[in-house]
Amino acid sequence: MSTITEAPLAQSTLFRFATAGSVDDGKSTLVGRLLHDSKAILADTLDAVTRTSADRGFGGENGSTQKIDLALLTDGLRAEREQGITIDVAYRYFATDRRSFILADCPGHVQYTKNTVTGASTADAVVVLIDARKGVLEQTRRHLSVLRLLRVPNVLVAVNKIDLVDYSEDVFRTIEADLQKVAAEVGLNDVVVVPVSALEGDNVVDPSTHTPWYTGPSLLAILETLPTTDDLERGLEPFRFPVQLVVRPQGALAPELKEADDAGASFRDYRAYAGQVASGAVSVGESITVLPSGRTATVVGIDFAGRSLERAVAPQSVSLRLSEEIDIARGDVIAATGTFGEVGQDVYAELCWLSAKPLREGAKVLIKHGSKTVQGLVRAVSGKLNLDTFALEPASSLALNDIGAAQIRLASPLPVESYARHRRTGAFLVIDAQDGNTLAAGLVNDHPGDHEDERYVI
Amino acid sequence: MSTQITETPPALDPQPLPDLASSAGDPSRPGPHVETLNSLDILESEAIHIIREVVAEFERPALLFSGGKDSVLMLHLATKAFWPGKVPFPVLHVDTGHNFPEVIEFRDRTVEKLGLRLEVGSVQDFIDSGELTERADGTRNPLQTVPLLDAIARNRFDAVFGGGRRDEDKARAKERILSLRDEFGQWDPRNQRPELWNLYNGRHTVGQHVRAFPISNWTELDVWRYIARENIELPHLYYAHEREVFERDGMWRAVGEVSKPRPDEKVIIKQVRYRTVGDMSCTGAVASDATTVHDVVREVAASTLTERGATRADDRISEAAMEDRKKDGYF
Ligand SMILES: Nc1nc2c(ncn2[C@@H]2O[C@H](COP(=O)(O)OP(=O)(O)OP(=O)(O)O)[C@@H](O)[C@H]2O)c(=O)[nH]1
Ligand SMILES: [Mg+2]
Repeated sequence: MSTITEAPLAQSTLFRFATAGSVDDGKSTLVGRLLHDSKAILADTLDAVTRTSADRGFGGENGSTQKIDLALLTDGLRAEREQGITIDVAYRYFATDRRSFILADCPGHVQYTKNTVTGASTADAVVVLIDARKGVLEQTRRHLSVLRLLRVPNVLVAVNKIDLVDYSEDVFRTIEADLQKVAAEVGLNDVVVVPVSALEGDNVVDPSTHTPWYTGPSLLAILETLPTTDDLERGLEPFRFPVQLVVRPQGALAPELKEADDAGASFRDYRAYAGQVASGAVSVGESITVLPSGRTATVVGIDFAGRSLERAVAPQSVSLRLSEEIDIARGDVIAATGTFGEVGQDVYAELCWLSAKPLREGAKVLIKHGSKTVQGLVRAVSGKLNLDTFALEPASSLALNDIGAAQIRLASPLPVESYARHRRTGAFLVIDAQDGNTLAAGLVNDHPGDHEDERYVI
Repeated sequence: MSTQITETPPALDPQPLPDLASSAGDPSRPGPHVETLNSLDILESEAIHIIREVVAEFERPALLFSGGKDSVLMLHLATKAFWPGKVPFPVLHVDTGHNFPEVIEFRDRTVEKLGLRLEVGSVQDFIDSGELTERADGTRNPLQTVPLLDAIARNRFDAVFGGGRRDEDKARAKERILSLRDEFGQWDPRNQRPELWNLYNGRHTVGQHVRAFPISNWTELDVWRYIARENIELPHLYYAHEREVFERDGMWRAVGEVSKPRPDEKVIIKQVRYRTVGDMSCTGAVASDATTVHDVVREVAASTLTERGATRADDRISEAAMEDRKKDGYF
């Protein structure tokens, strides 16, 4: 069994996963079970949760002998505990000998698109829950569609509450077959399906004796071995580096450097561009191009807090020094030379609309991409995605939880890329210019002109 | 509008995706050696990215600095983020007046070493002026909110970095990395902005400010492992030392000006250390013989109690104590 120990940290990577599913499928209970059975819950927390469970009269339903409402481990707000539902995403942490996990427990209530999009945007994996008594629902298809759209690298399905169908293999196999069919329809292949009981603990951390017909690994064993997004992309994605700030300390050197022998002379002309590698890797000596200006230079140094690196990879935060003194500001993107086409001012994108304020054609919004925010004009809403059929239906506005396609004119060019190919540089936020709230998650589409068959008339 | 759609536009068709999984596992694929960043490298990089974003997007950021380990860690990350420049923002401490003297001394020494400006909001001043009243239980942690909001308003800070971590408490587990606060500093957990990818939206209107939590995703063990790895100096009371203590509510309380034993509480000398260093009146020590940072890492990894559960009387007030304090504008 995996427990928290002083793991050999050199190998310990970070793995982020989120839950998705309909209300009451057992997402929070599953998360609680993972935390509990991987021994991530310490005694005082467990005591408190046991007491609250008893106070709220938990247990004894359907012959279960469980005394602890494991959902309380993540449903931490007073309103959530009172109503027995998850209202807002909770983040929990646990580690096994193999890796450290960041776990986002998402709510299943009506705002499923909003929550699934949010949870999935940073996830290396999403676990979709299905209630074994209910089987594949319309919502399941929607969740899978959203996960496909967001290109979540690993999608798992947990058929939960298997205890309530007497651990029946037939029920499981039927759901599994239905599920694979729907998954294939939305373009997800080889989805792993696991029968679990979050309440009783079957196949969550330890393999269950109640399901001898299931010979696959437990959910945790699968999560421990799945590749992370960075693992998958490493070596394949081109170098992209949104500049966050220009580091030019001049007089304002860190005190310990000022007091050095040469009184900081070696840093007097220091100038570097600070940021986080969004994708790919860069090495000293490589040629880069600054977007959108198109100027080129060579990387002469990669600095990280006083250390010189030969190479930096995603997602490292570093500072780059360049051979030329070219005009680079926050918001520019440094890219490997020869890997980027033209920077344009027209963006075609899918928008996952997350706000109660609807989108109308002609709206002026802010677009945040990488480290740059520019104004945008929504020239046209070109359709709304029917999440059941995955087809685009005519629409001229988008409401909360809608996913639609839109064409946006930018006030100044942004080096966006197609989300389908570049998950890190194809994403942006749509922000309300008045109150500053986040309105939508944007996923860049190819410019229609890039396709052979041009179907837009603009 | 002139856009005409006759059928599904190309981008919505399921597109062939690069077959990532198979090529990533292929050792013969081109490219240099594969680096593995461990979980601390990734957490560090994420925190530095957030710190830089906030400094770039806000006009007057400040960092809450108490001398406690999370805030020392935050300052360490900030020095790395802006190297070789100095940390480009002041630090703010809300002094309860009941702090451990050695922590205050450490605070001042650190601020001086890094050449930073220190702003202090004083709970004592507010009590003296009658704007705050001492609580019956003597705990001053919950009283920090008013001086904190006052200092934020007085200095017109628009972003305040905190060392809060989601693993500390079930209400903190719901907190965003950039958390918008209204004119009253209130947190509205049911109405938070969605946080997507690593695109942080710090837009706010006049009167609002943002709390930024760059180490949201760190656990206590991550913090200690990182302190060990980076050799970060901390106040000595984080390490085992002998101290005059008495037992109350299952915690070891230091004997001091503001925490005096009752007649029935026996004072003994014990080898203890602190897992958190808050207000002396409500922070307990744990029995420990961890004298080095590596001992502490081992101790934390094996601990069966959470850090707040083991050491904070203020969180035992009610089941939702932290949620209630945060809604009122607490850290
Ligand atoms: N018998 C049985 N009951 C379960 C199982 N998993 C969850 N439940 C129960 O199902 C109910 C809902 O569980 P939650 O974990 O709160 O569901 P959720 O998916 O997190 O719900 P929301 O977050 O509100 O969408 C609770 O009463 C659980 O105890 C299971 O495997 N077997
Ligand atoms: Mg839930």
